Amino acid sequence: MSKIKPSKGAPYARILGVGGYRPTRIVPNEVILETIDSSDEWIRSRSGIETRHWASPEETVAAMSIEASGKAIADAGIDAAQIGAVVVSTVSHFSQTPAIATEIADRLGTDKAAAFDISAGCAGFGYGLTLAKGMIVEGSAPYVLVIGVERLSDLTDLEDRATAFLFGDGAGAVVVGPSQEPAIGPTVWGSEGDKSETIKQTVPWDRFLPDLRLRAGGGTPTGDVSELPLDSEGNVKFPAITQEGQAVFRWAVFEMAKVAQQALDAAGISPDDLDVFIPHQANVRIIDSMVKTLKLPEHVTVARDIRTTGNTSAASIPLAMERLLATGEAKSGDTALVIGFGAGLVYAATVVTLP
Amino acid sequence: MAATQEEIVAGLAEIVNEIAGIPVEDVQLDKSFTDDLDVDSLSMVEVVVAAEERFDVKIPDEDVKNLKTVGDATKYILDHQS
Repeated sequence: MSKIKPSKGAPYARILGVGGYRPTRIVPNEVILETIDSSDEWIRSRSGIETRHWASPEETVAAMSIEASGKAIADAGIDAAQIGAVVVSTVSHFSQTPAIATEIADRLGTDKAAAFDISAGCAGFGYGLTLAKGMIVEGSAPYVLVIGVERLSDLTDLEDRATAFLFGDGAGAVVVGPSQEPAIGPTVWGSEGDKSETIKQTVPWDRFLPDLRLRAGGGTPTGDVSELPLDSEGNVKFPAITQEGQAVFRWAVFEMAKVAQQALDAAGISPDDLDVFIPHQANVRIIDSMVKTLKLPEHVTVARDIRTTGNTSAASIPLAMERLLATGEAKSGDTALVIGFGAGLVYAATVVTLP
Repeated sequence: MAATQEEIVAGLAEIVNEIAGIPVEDVQLDKSFTDDLDVDSLSMVEVVVAAEERFDVKIPDEDVKNLKTVGDATKYILDHQS
């Protein structure tokens, strides 16, 4: 039997740099109230959200990713050509194929880096980070760029008073590279597909085909158009993200607190050792309840970027990380617990050393 | 041993007090969680989870929406506690 030479990686991996991009347009709750019957006070009390950013047509998934990645690469102090793989987590890039990661890798100036997209909803950053750590330690890439990017404003039903205020747009990126010390702990992750109905897209894309054929005048529709969602004026609506609020809240607070605790235990970090807590920015009420359930000590800095960013799914953790470091609320070398959770349902938690 | 109605109301009063800051004496059988006790839909989930632990009962998500008043919750716990 021939002997296969093994690959050779770094002893450990770490996050070397982080960057974020928030779209120029800031949308206050007043704008949301133009299409739903609610109030600024209600939105703030249920979600903590005061403003969010919505992308312009020019602020595409690729454009936002490139901005965030450029900052992350500069922060890491490397050259784009050193990047061996680009992993993009998104649910709001609307071209099925090819993956948007390849365009991003090319435009950033990587040297033919491996590039692919992943779909893991609001846990996407943790999933990408886990893949990146594996690649560094296994030796298939010297540096990996992990991007979380969303244009959730495109998937928001502005007439749904339960979700219209919730979502925002943006991109966050990190560069993961070699380390002589452990700086990304074991990932505690998983999925609960039996709860897949609790957060989902209202209508799958293929249900729109009959409607599109009708509009194009292309003959007899081949399917049922009667069950497509309509807006208040009777027009077919683009799909949107819906969720069962109470069920998601219960799962996020109480089940995810257990996962977060497992990630701390797996990393051998006690709450007293922790400096920063960066949960997925889904809802400030979820964050506050998790902090209470986890009994985090007062000294732990908690990310509440949601107030001015909204829920940006896969982008929320790197965006919050970047802001905490930029404002000085967290510093390089701090020990942070990160946990993402969302549609799937899926989740991923780990302890990292901040770049 | 299963809790009595009085014990359940007293327990719910403590839970609602801790979560929503409502005085325990205001938590009466006829009070609506949302309209009278300032317990919104998300706080209600916290109340339910605390009640599950305290009274060793399971209250699934689909049943939570039917628990409008303290009386509804008390009856549910009385009927379902193990």
